[in-house]
Amino acid sequence: MTILIDNKAKLKESLQPKGFLRYFSFSLDHKVIGIQYLVCGFLFYLVGGTLASAIRIELISPLSDFLPRDVYNQVLTLHGTIMIFLWIVPVVNGAFGNYLIPFYVGARDMAFPRLNAVAFWLIPPSGLMLIASYFIEGAAQSGWTAYPPLSITTPQSGQIIWILSVLLLGGSSIFGGINFIVTILKLRRPGLKLMNLPMYCWAMLGTSILVVLSTPVLAGTLILLSFDIVAHTGFFNPALGGNVVVYQHLFWFYSHPAVYIMVLPAFGLVSEILPIHCRKPLFGYTTMVFSIMGIVVLGLVVWAHHMFTSGTPPWMRLFFTIATAFIAVPTGIKFFNWVATMWGGKISLNSAMLFSCGFIINFVFGGITGVALAQVPFDIHVHDTYFVVAHFHYIVYGGSVFVIFSSIYHWYPKVVGKLLNENLGYLHFALTFIGFNLCFAPQHWLGLNGMPRRVAEYDPQFQFVNQISSLGALFMAISTIPFLINIIISIKKGEIAGNNPWKGLNPRMVNDFSSSCRKLGRRGSISK
Amino acid sequence: MLNKSYYLILIISIIIGISFWIGFNVNLLPEEASINAPIYDELFKILFIIGLILFIGMTALVIYSLFKFRKKEGEFGDGIALEGNLSLEIIWTVIPSIIVLFVGIYSYNIYDRMGGMNELNHNHETMNTNSEKIWAGISQANNSNSGLGETAIEVSAMQFAFLFNYPQGEFISGELHVPVDQKISIKMESKDVIHAFWIPEFRIKQDIIPGQPTILNFTPTKIGKYPIICAELCGPYHGGMRASIIVEDKSDYERWFNQNNKTNL
Repeated sequence: MTILIDNKAKLKESLQPKGFLRYFSFSLDHKVIGIQYLVCGFLFYLVGGTLASAIRIELISPLSDFLPRDVYNQVLTLHGTIMIFLWIVPVVNGAFGNYLIPFYVGARDMAFPRLNAVAFWLIPPSGLMLIASYFIEGAAQSGWTAYPPLSITTPQSGQIIWILSVLLLGGSSIFGGINFIVTILKLRRPGLKLMNLPMYCWAMLGTSILVVLSTPVLAGTLILLSFDIVAHTGFFNPALGGNVVVYQHLFWFYSHPAVYIMVLPAFGLVSEILPIHCRKPLFGYTTMVFSIMGIVVLGLVVWAHHMFTSGTPPWMRLFFTIATAFIAVPTGIKFFNWVATMWGGKISLNSAMLFSCGFIINFVFGGITGVALAQVPFDIHVHDTYFVVAHFHYIVYGGSVFVIFSSIYHWYPKVVGKLLNENLGYLHFALTFIGFNLCFAPQHWLGLNGMPRRVAEYDPQFQFVNQISSLGALFMAISTIPFLINIIISIKKGEIAGNNPWKGLNPRMVNDFSSSCRKLGRRGSISK
Repeated sequence: MLNKSYYLILIISIIIGISFWIGFNVNLLPEEASINAPIYDELFKILFIIGLILFIGMTALVIYSLFKFRKKEGEFGDGIALEGNLSLEIIWTVIPSIIVLFVGIYSYNIYDRMGGMNELNHNHETMNTNSEKIWAGISQANNSNSGLGETAIEVSAMQFAFLFNYPQGEFISGELHVPVDQKISIKMESKDVIHAFWIPEFRIKQDIIPGQPTILNFTPTKIGKYPIICAELCGPYHGGMRASIIVEDKSDYERWFNQNNKTNL
């Protein structure tokens, strides 16, 4: 039986295009699919980044003078949607997950290769469809949250295409999630116990559980919303007796875990990268595993902290405050463990390590403002202001995107076989880190002092600080240039990486770059 | 060993000292103009100081490790094969839990002082609108049994303006005039989409949700003109949806009120 399947697979493999073209095919190879996710995600990142630049240019002056007002709202909606659903979620899950998980668990491929390919190929069309909606009647303009009744009353075609696109992306995410769960639980090589899995596998297991539990809720909600828009039903339309707060509950039941869907895999990746560049085993493996699972469980019961000003009853505000604040505990454990991993190591301060350290510093900052935001009385003042914008960019950009870059620097030699240029990497890091903090740190002050989010015009007293923020955005935009040059030049001209570019001594590192596997130093064998 | 812990205590106290200094000397917040504002600022200060201690501490640890444990040129050895330390793990689970619990209880206390935990009576006598459910916004602690204060104003939010209806005078104004040091109750309704009523100087915000009339109480304490800002994306002109609240002393307020009062005519 197995032989039969293998023959079939071989036949399929022989029909696949070879070379560069295989990245444009319905490939079933997990490595190809991983690269497809990464490159596709990065292209959408450039689109989302261009939109972000448009927002920051608009905000250089206090008047709405760069973009028409409705186009500005479309730009911010597309920016949020693209960055979340087409860049961070597919890349931290799909790209690195597909590439690394089969190696880590010792499987030939993912459990369902065809489903895997389908999951990827849902992404480019839905992304293009989302962008194309701009040219019909204008894209969706009710923010990435699409709160009714605004989403019901704005031009329909853009909103409907937005819903369809997010539904397809959600489907892709669910397919991927199922695939990861099955691969990690069922395709481990014999003898590989759960508690010996590399940390990224645990992170992906936790993330996939969140994906599978919460994404269908978003799908159902958006389908109801589309009924309200197209068929004039009244689920969320108060004019027809609907309740808009119900939409918010359902939406955030997905969209808060979505933050962890973006951040948990990043935690996993950092846990793989730090030990190699610090030349030490990961500190506190068991607590790291439990903290991931703790975040998964708590992450499902904190959604209403996005709704403290929406007329939620006092007991609910209290419960969600405490649940949210407690996420800081398992998250804090992870950060202390990473610092302890660095402690007493032999650290190579290369680009991958720099981006990981940048991630730790940025995320600690974002986490601290997060605990503050969890407190109802604090949140009531700053909810829906630039303080919140700053907070979640510290989480998703300072957190996830820094880790994506760190991972690219770390695994590029494995994927391409060439080393990246370290000097360009340093330049990329410096520009990104300075630009990022220049862009988002001042926004905390803006929010505290009275600038709401999603506005094209603002009180002139905020102009100077907004210009600083826009300057930071300019740095961030420029920072992609050395990165792209580095990536493209190194494919042809990079130094040959060899089997062991990071000079790992352990045979497992040499073979497949797996790092935090506890066998590295489980019995204290690493230094021998 | 003694020397080491001495340095550790010294560094920790320096970090705490710096954090307290910044916390007490750097003001990131706008003017305080309501009863809520000083309470809010107290919470902010505490959170700011705790946050600074953690942030400076973690950043210092990361940067110190990067310098102290740098690999030397041509060195290929490994770091110490340390896999974990149970007592350390317990310390950094328990201490953050205590901090989080403390912050939670403290902010509960703050919230209670702001009046956030008071259940409002639905179908209140002075603002009874055909037994519809009235939703509680964050309210004021004094006069805790009744959600409604002495001055009651109806606020309608629509794309893209606030209108203020003074039922006692039967007139509508584009500016919100209120007397200083007096509890104000506003009943907010939205005509179309979700808006939010935010006065940064008062540290209050409440969404105005269509189909859910909401009461918001506040007590201004400082005479002046402050912005009322819509904080929930409500359409293309969202950024321009602003109004002003003018806090006046009682005689000025009454003069203004009588000028506009239509019941006297």
